[in-house]
Order: sequence, then C-alpha cells, then structure tokens
Amino acid sequence: MEINGVCIDETYAEAFGAYAGRVLITACSKAWALEAARSMAGFGTSVIGCGCEVSIEGIEPQETPDDRPGVSVLLFAMSKKAVQEQLINRIGQCVMTAPSSACYNALEAEDRLSIGGKLKFFGDGFQISKRFDSRMTGNGTGPRRFWRIPVMDGEFIVEDRFGVQKGVAGGNFLLLGSELSGTLQGAERAIEAMRKVRGVIMPFPGGIVRSGSKVGSRYKFLNASSNTAFCPSLRGAVRSELPEGVGAVLEIVIDGLTPEAVGEAMRVGIRAACGPGVMKISAGNYGGKLGKHHFHLHQLLAEG
Amino acid sequence: MSPVVLHTKEIPTNIPLEAESISPDLFVERSQAEIEAMPVALGNESHRLGDFFKVEGERSDEIIIEGCAGRVKWIGSGMTRGRVVVRGDAGMHAGSYMRGGEILIEGNADDFLGVEMQGGLIRVTGNARHRVGAAYRGSKYGMQGGIIIVGGNVGHEVGAYMRRGLIVIKGNAEDFLGAMMTNGTICLFGQAGIRTGGGMQKGTIVCLRPVDLLPTFAYDCTYAPVFLRMLFKGLTQLGVEPPVPTNGLVRRYHGDLADVGKGEILIAA
Repeated sequence: MEINGVCIDETYAEAFGAYAGRVLITACSKAWALEAARSMAGFGTSVIGCGCEVSIEGIEPQETPDDRPGVSVLLFAMSKKAVQEQLINRIGQCVMTAPSSACYNALEAEDRLSIGGKLKFFGDGFQISKRFDSRMTGNGTGPRRFWRIPVMDGEFIVEDRFGVQKGVAGGNFLLLGSELSGTLQGAERAIEAMRKVRGVIMPFPGGIVRSGSKVGSRYKFLNASSNTAFCPSLRGAVRSELPEGVGAVLEIVIDGLTPEAVGEAMRVGIRAACGPGVMKISAGNYGGKLGKHHFHLHQLLAEG
Repeated sequence: MSPVVLHTKEIPTNIPLEAESISPDLFVERSQAEIEAMPVALGNESHRLGDFFKVEGERSDEIIIEGCAGRVKWIGSGMTRGRVVVRGDAGMHAGSYMRGGEILIEGNADDFLGVEMQGGLIRVTGNARHRVGAAYRGSKYGMQGGIIIVGGNVGHEVGAYMRRGLIVIKGNAEDFLGAMMTNGTICLFGQAGIRTGGGMQKGTIVCLRPVDLLPTFAYDCTYAPVFLRMLFKGLTQLGVEPPVPTNGLVRRYHGDLADVGKGEILIAA
C-alpha cells in the first residue's frame, strides 16, 4: 500500500489495555490552566519509567463547571490503583499548587476513584464539602461532591471522585525517513492532525518518540531497551528492519479511551505524515505478546 | 402518561385537610376510583379524597392540583418520584420528608415546606412561611438533600438544623435564617432578618445584600471563591438567574463562634 508515494508496511501496531482517567483543570486564565496541566503531565511519557502516561488532550473543552478557561488531561496507568495514586500525586503536587486552579472529573464511568476525598486532608480540618444535585451540574448522573480546600490564594476546588475506565495504551506507528529533518516534519504533521481526535493523547515530548523501545534487555535490571531493529546506526550490527536509505526513525505513541479512538488517531496521523521527507510507515509489534489490541495498518487505512 | 388532575372542591370548615395520600408514589398504580377512595383526614374524621377533589385521570406519577390548596397539608410528603404541580397555594408540610421528584407550587407555600427532605426539587413561585427545609421540633437534622427554590419571601428559621442540600430564596428572609445548621447551602438574594446563622456549626449562607451579623461571627477576607461560580452556574441551570455577576467578590465571615464555628456567611462585597 502507498499513500502519496509513501510505502505503508503490512504490519500491525500492538497496544495493551490500561486504565484511564480524565481531568479537567480550570484557572483564572487559559495560560494558568495550561501551566497547571503541563506541570501535571510532566514526566508522564511512558509507564515503563514514569508510572503512567499522561498528556493534554488536543481538543479543548467547550464548557467547564465554573465557566473559566479549562484544559483536559488524560492519564493512563496499568491498574485502577495506579491511576488513583498518580492522580492524587499529580493533582496534589501540580494542580493544587498552581495559582487559581480547580480540578474536576471529566470522565463519566461506572468505576470511581476517591481523589478529592484524599486530597481534602490538606485542608487540615478546614476543608468544606459541597454536593451539587445533578439538576445543577447538568450531567444527569447523580450528585457531584466537591471539596473546597483552603489555600493561600483563596480555595482549591477538587472533585471528590474521578471516573476510571479501561482504555488502550501503546498504539503506535513509525515514520521512516532518509534524514531527521524531513522525518520530524512528517511526524509534526501527524501530531497536528491527531490532536483533533477526541479521547486520545500522544504522551511523549511534542507527541513524538525518538527512543522507541523493545521488550527486554541484555541487562537483567532493565525490562525495556532501545528498539535496535529500527536504529539506523545499528543496521549492520543487528537484524535490522530498516530498508536501505533510511537514516532516521521516529515513533508516535497513542493512548486512547477506546480502541476506536486510537485507530482513528492512527489513521489521520498516518495520512498526514505521508508526504515529503517520509519514506515508509511501519509500526511496533512484539509478536502479539504485549497486548490484545492489534491495529493493522492496511486495514485501518482502508476503512477510513 | 397523562397527569392526574385534582380539582379542589369547597372545604366546608376552616380545619385543614390532612392529605398525605396526594403523592405520585401512591397515584402511579391506582385507578381513578381507587384515587378517589384514598383516605384523608379532616380533624379527627376520616374522609375520601374524592370528597374534596374532583379527580380526572389515573395511574400517573404526575399530579396537577387545580385551584387553591392553601388548607391542604402534606402534599407530596415523602414522595420519591414524579411531579406535583399546585396551581395555587399549598398548605403546611408540602414536600416534607421528600426523597425525589419535583413539586412546583404556583402560589404561596405555608409553614414547614420541604422539612427534613432528603432529595428532589421544590419550587415555589410566591412566598413560603416559616421553617422551610428545617427540622421538626425534636429532630436532630433538617433538610438532608435536595433543592428548595422560593421565588418570594420566607419566614423565620428557614434552614434551621439543615444538614445538606440547597435553599435559594429570591426575596427576603425573616429571622434566624440557617440557625443551628450543620451543613448545606442557603442562598439569599434579598434582605435577611436578625441572627442569621445563629448557632450554625458548618454550612454556607450566601447573602447578596448586607447583613447585620451576630458578634460571634469573625471576618476572614474579601475574595472571589470559585465555588460561588459553580453555585451560580448551577442556579442558572435551574432557571434561577443570580442578580449579581458570578465573578463578584464576597466578604467571608466564619462562625458561629459560640458553637463549632466552621460555618461561613458570604456577603456580596
């Protein structure tokens, strides 16, 4: 298969199940909401080393509970407990500390995690609970409880419980180019298009990974190591997957609330990437051992 | 499901009619004849509902009372579902112990409106009298959930011993608003009487006009709490337009320091 002269490898991206939460951060201005969100998403690129994958969702929320500017953040981890721990740590350390911020649940899910209910203790006994009827919040799914925690600029509002649901992490595709500059431009085009898809994040810096990994390592203390098969500098030293002429490879990793969202993001991303500077599109799979979600590139692109 | 319409007939005495049976939970599975046969009390005499109301319709969880029911007590008491519309005044105890559903009173409500309610929504377009959303004498807690919106004025001790939920008063309140409240939110657009929040332990009273506070309330600061933006947005969802901008500043006082002192009175600055 070819798109705009770019060859699409007949392979599949292998993704695994994860648990997801979605947080809506508001503040007195868009700039401060973004500041809090960026801080919360910091060091949240890969579950391999960060404990979770977290990033700002591309589509901005149209409406927020307090009618202030807001930013939506998605967080993925390997268990509900891990989602809870990461949300408590990151909201407590990065959102609560940001001036004028407030933090709300933005994921309607059956399973709920106590987040504000834990963070409230920062109020040292002066925290105040407010429970709003569903008629007031307009979501029609029962009352929502918020905690008002006294802080030095007024009060920090955080929702008592946050929804958690099963999602997909590790969707990916690889851009193979003759040199870095053109490959990076292709990846940037892909990211710009993928950010218009709701329910997905690309958690790596700018959405792009240059150090894609494989499972395992020759060192016992590491469970992941450099994806040597796609390192151009090792073409002669290892069993390489790279065709002649490829001098740079970049990966885009996608986490999504649903497999459909991940598939859609991959589809629009690959289409946008296919252009000058990119020779071939491939994907990372581990022989089906990593996860149950397989996104076959040809199938994806034929569907849309 | 078309509503059951109750047309009020003349009540022969000044004695109020005790009509706990006017509830969507009880009407929803009853035929017209069964509704007419439901018991009501006039003083110490038992009567049929049909003696005082002309009943139209059956098996519905929506009830419309046409005409003045100012002497009909306990309308919608303990209801958990459905809707009651009173096209006129409603008597004492309307919506007391209510747990769900909605009551709309297109007139005035008498004392004890929504007392000890746990959920649901009560709207009154006119005035309501004393102890709206409060506790009955001897009870530990008043309203424990739900929303009461009064379009006009209210009487004394509104929200007394309130534990949870929201009371919105568009008009004025008489004395002891939110007295002894242990939690919940009262939002007063008009003028408050004396001793607002007297004995309150926790909870929030938002006053959009100046209030003469008890000396057992201490000033904290003037600020713009985000919580108020959420509250006012929620009120807008309910069709209640707050008369001040949602980003307005408030003066925060905490008290009652003669008790726990964790309540707050927010007064528009």
